[in-house]
Amino acid sequence: MSSLSGSEPRIRVEDVSVTYRTSLESAPTFKSTVLRLGRREKVVREVEALKGVSFEVPEGQVLGVVGANGAGKSTLMRTVAGILPPNSGRVEVHGRVSTLLALGVGFNRKMTGRQNVVLGGLAAGLTRDQLADKYEEIVAFAELEEFMDLPMRTYSSGMYGRLGFSVAVNMDPDILLIDEALSVGDARFRRKSTNKMKELCGQARTIVLVSHALGTVRDLCDQAIWLDHGELRMWDEPDAVIDAYTDFLEVGQDAVTLEDV
Amino acid sequence: MPPREENEFTSERHVYEPHKIGLPPLRPYVRELWRRREFAREMARTNLRAQHFNTAFGQVWLVLNPLLLACVYFLLVYILRGAGSRGTDFFAHLLAGLFAYYFISDSIRLSVKSVTGGGRLILNTAFPRALLPLAGVITAFMRFLPTLVIYIPVHIVAKLPVDQHLLWLIPLILLMFVMAAGAGMLVSALQVYFRDVKNFLPYFLRVWLYASPVLYYADEVPEGLHWILYVNPLGGLLTAWSDVLIQGASPEPWAIGMAAAWAFGIFIAGGLFFVSREREFAVRL
Repeated sequence: MSSLSGSEPRIRVEDVSVTYRTSLESAPTFKSTVLRLGRREKVVREVEALKGVSFEVPEGQVLGVVGANGAGKSTLMRTVAGILPPNSGRVEVHGRVSTLLALGVGFNRKMTGRQNVVLGGLAAGLTRDQLADKYEEIVAFAELEEFMDLPMRTYSSGMYGRLGFSVAVNMDPDILLIDEALSVGDARFRRKSTNKMKELCGQARTIVLVSHALGTVRDLCDQAIWLDHGELRMWDEPDAVIDAYTDFLEVGQDAVTLEDV
Repeated sequence: MPPREENEFTSERHVYEPHKIGLPPLRPYVRELWRRREFAREMARTNLRAQHFNTAFGQVWLVLNPLLLACVYFLLVYILRGAGSRGTDFFAHLLAGLFAYYFISDSIRLSVKSVTGGGRLILNTAFPRALLPLAGVITAFMRFLPTLVIYIPVHIVAKLPVDQHLLWLIPLILLMFVMAAGAGMLVSALQVYFRDVKNFLPYFLRVWLYASPVLYYADEVPEGLHWILYVNPLGGLLTAWSDVLIQGASPEPWAIGMAAAWAFGIFIAGGLFFVSREREFAVRL
């Protein structure tokens, strides 16, 4: 990190487009392919999720991402995390990335909490020693000491979310990508996670935060972008972006749009 | 700010550029793969624990199953071929061949659903996906090792030779591992595109067993059918395996040559197919 000067952005997204083909069949099979031979049925649909998006996030900045459902926010996060490759353009990321993405963290419900934390950490590239250091912290933060050796299917959804959040924030990442995951757990845990987020923001971590809770974005972020149908509509101060976004949606700014309930 | 350990990947630089169907740069890929090898080991251990491998009875069942199968096949061959022609050395051949064959087929069975079953992790974490089928192969290998121990008393009772030729087992097991890894990557990637691959597998694996020199010696194959041993990826490998264990001889050059060619051929084909497709898995699940 010391090798990076302040002017070098941590994340640089240059003219990135992502188009992917999804199969309309829930489970494509050899059998259905054979049966379909000769008939000209369309079974793949192209989705243009991102169209020429460019922005930069300098070190220590918190970037908020707002946009309607289906605007491409989650695709953007996956592209920055290196899970989905861009079809054109270029993404450059400096530093270790920790992700907390929308579809629930990479937990396997048949395995115990402990196995999931260990496997997730190893997949993310931690060594066993690093993992052993962080394990206690992760469990203590999630307040799940008695549950770590139970299979995760026995967890309540709040416990599930707490463990996911705790894993993501305790990995000591340089860059943290969070996709609508700040509202897990009960009121007490939410306060705790908001405090943790503020602490991380104060530690000059680079954070990209997707949230529909516009108050959180206003509160935590230094910059914000607004995505609409895969295009970057605006990249500015959070207040300006949120004002424009809420005007566009014609919902007005009341307590409901600013805070999630 | 808490003290943070500096290491090779805290200041890593990632660049993601389009290569949807093409290959990612292979050198960094392999380096990332190697750095996360612990993941594959831990995954294998977790799989085994789920199969109760860590309990005494689970282990007993694991070796009892192929042992009983060997008895069934021995009986079958004994009835079909008549008494007298088969002795304890044939039983040793049958057992060793079945254990080796089960290592390969277990690898394939355990890795076929590794990608489609690992959905959540694939959608949320960027890591070399080849670790998933490799974890299946490692699981199969950990199940294979105790069966080798079971083979030892049979080898001794059958009064088979114990000499330096047995050192050939090391490269042969390595070739099996390479072939299993290639086949595992191939089927697990195919399974993403055709979810019924796993339904075809049992038939395929059964035919493969019958086409391999396990229920018979390689030199009993009629002249006109000899091509089967060349076409079958396990033909050369299992011939060499039996030559070394049962005959106590060095494997014939054709056998070891075919074994190496098939093992590396499958590994390269399966590996390239898997790695060139793996960036697409996240949208196919």
